Amino acid sequence: MASTHILSAYDDELKYLSRRISEMGGLAEQMCGDAVRALVNSDSALAQKVISDDVILDHAEREIQDKAIVTIARRQPMAADLREIVGTLRIGADLERVGDLGKNTAKRVIAVQGTGVPRKLARGIEHLSDLALVQLKEVLDVYASRSAEKAEAIRIRDEEIDAMYTSLFRELLTYMMEDPRNITTCTHLLFCAKNIERIGDHATNIAETIYYMTTGAQLEGERPKDDTSNTLGAITE
Amino acid sequence: MNMMSEAAVEKALDQKMNDASYKMIGKDVSVYYGEKRALFDVNLNVRENTVTALIGPSGCGKSTFLRCLNRMNDTIENCRVTGRITLDTDDIYDQNIDVVELRARVGMVFQKPNPFPKSIYENISYGPRIHGLARNKTDMDQIVEASLQRAGLWTEVKDRLHESGTGLSGGQQQRLCIARAVAVSPEVILMDEPCSALDPIATAKVEELIHELRANYTIVIVTHSMQQAARVSQRTAMFHLGQLVEENDTDKMFTNPDDQRTQDYIMGRFG
Repeated sequence: MASTHILSAYDDELKYLSRRISEMGGLAEQMCGDAVRALVNSDSALAQKVISDDVILDHAEREIQDKAIVTIARRQPMAADLREIVGTLRIGADLERVGDLGKNTAKRVIAVQGTGVPRKLARGIEHLSDLALVQLKEVLDVYASRSAEKAEAIRIRDEEIDAMYTSLFRELLTYMMEDPRNITTCTHLLFCAKNIERIGDHATNIAETIYYMTTGAQLEGERPKDDTSNTLGAITE
Repeated sequence: MNMMSEAAVEKALDQKMNDASYKMIGKDVSVYYGEKRALFDVNLNVRENTVTALIGPSGCGKSTFLRCLNRMNDTIENCRVTGRITLDTDDIYDQNIDVVELRARVGMVFQKPNPFPKSIYENISYGPRIHGLARNKTDMDQIVEASLQRAGLWTEVKDRLHESGTGLSGGQQQRLCIARAVAVSPEVILMDEPCSALDPIATAKVEELIHELRANYTIVIVTHSMQQAARVSQRTAMFHLGQLVEENDTDKMFTNPDDQRTQDYIMGRFG
């Protein structure tokens, strides 16, 4: 934000909201990383920590919402300020969902414990999560810089995650067909993969919101998608 | 009144606005107060059946421009207006224009309610009488009632039409002034900060009235309250240092204005 308001308290309120969003982003990112690490290493203590961290994240979102509404009522924001606050509300909601997806993944760690996650599948999930977390981390950096061009670039990149998810989906199906005893674990892993893929979608949403906050224009058109798992039928010999 | 029909009316009005017949056209309008230049080549058109808000910091020239539209600046000594302003097709600064008639076509409501120190009835009937709009008492009664109805004041004052207009509350006085402006069937109504002396309730009533008047009149309003401009207008023009900075749809103006100076002003920032 280049210039400052005549009322300095207004600036403080906007800065506070922006700082809280960055903090939420950091926590959500950490939770998702921990959840996947817990899954790969069968670390139920770490999984438990992710589950309890979600309470903090939910609380942060509610607090941001309350503060944003008070600011709207008190300052009657206009133009870029109005977009900034509306963007804050939207990004807060996206980050809260990201936390939920991390928590859901963490819960499944406990469910698949004992059965052991096949090394190859674990690597696939790790790779998917690396992509999604890079996406999330970068979008949070873009939030700090408010760069419309970078936001647009991130939105396009979600395609990679979708493609990776589809290939993981195929792989899990194959495992299940090989041995029905894999079905429980593979189904949980499938949900985990879906959770991670959704994190990428939220990162994309955030990128779109940042673009709107900065330019006042909505990014038009469908973003490129490469998630074709919804059209995959049963694989027959 | 059901919601559907009201929405339909709004839509029809918006359509009418977009078809944009300009009620008044200002071309290269400049104003000088003696040596001092107050307006610099302003090109601003006023659309029919539209509320146009003029905003900008104090001394930016918005009231000066408003006063050009019915030649109120004529009354100020040393004031000189150049450029061209037309109402429909008539050049309002043409020598052959009757200024009294012009001000009947382009009425004005001021910042401070200024009813005549006469009865409510006489406040309204004065204009129609000097313009010869009523043939007899029945005609006049009708005009008075219709004007007060339009201004949303009728039910509040119908039993005391012959009491003094100055005995009304500030908000009622302002609506009386609007009724007075409406009584001579103007085409355009100019309002110079009509709510700045009113409390929020009275302000809301006047704003509601502006909203209704739009169906029959073209309205230009000067306001210091950005929220008011956002609430009542369809078009907004931003003035700064005697220049027209930006004119745009109000919705666009308050969410994503084109000009940095507009942005800074409406967001309350240092430029």
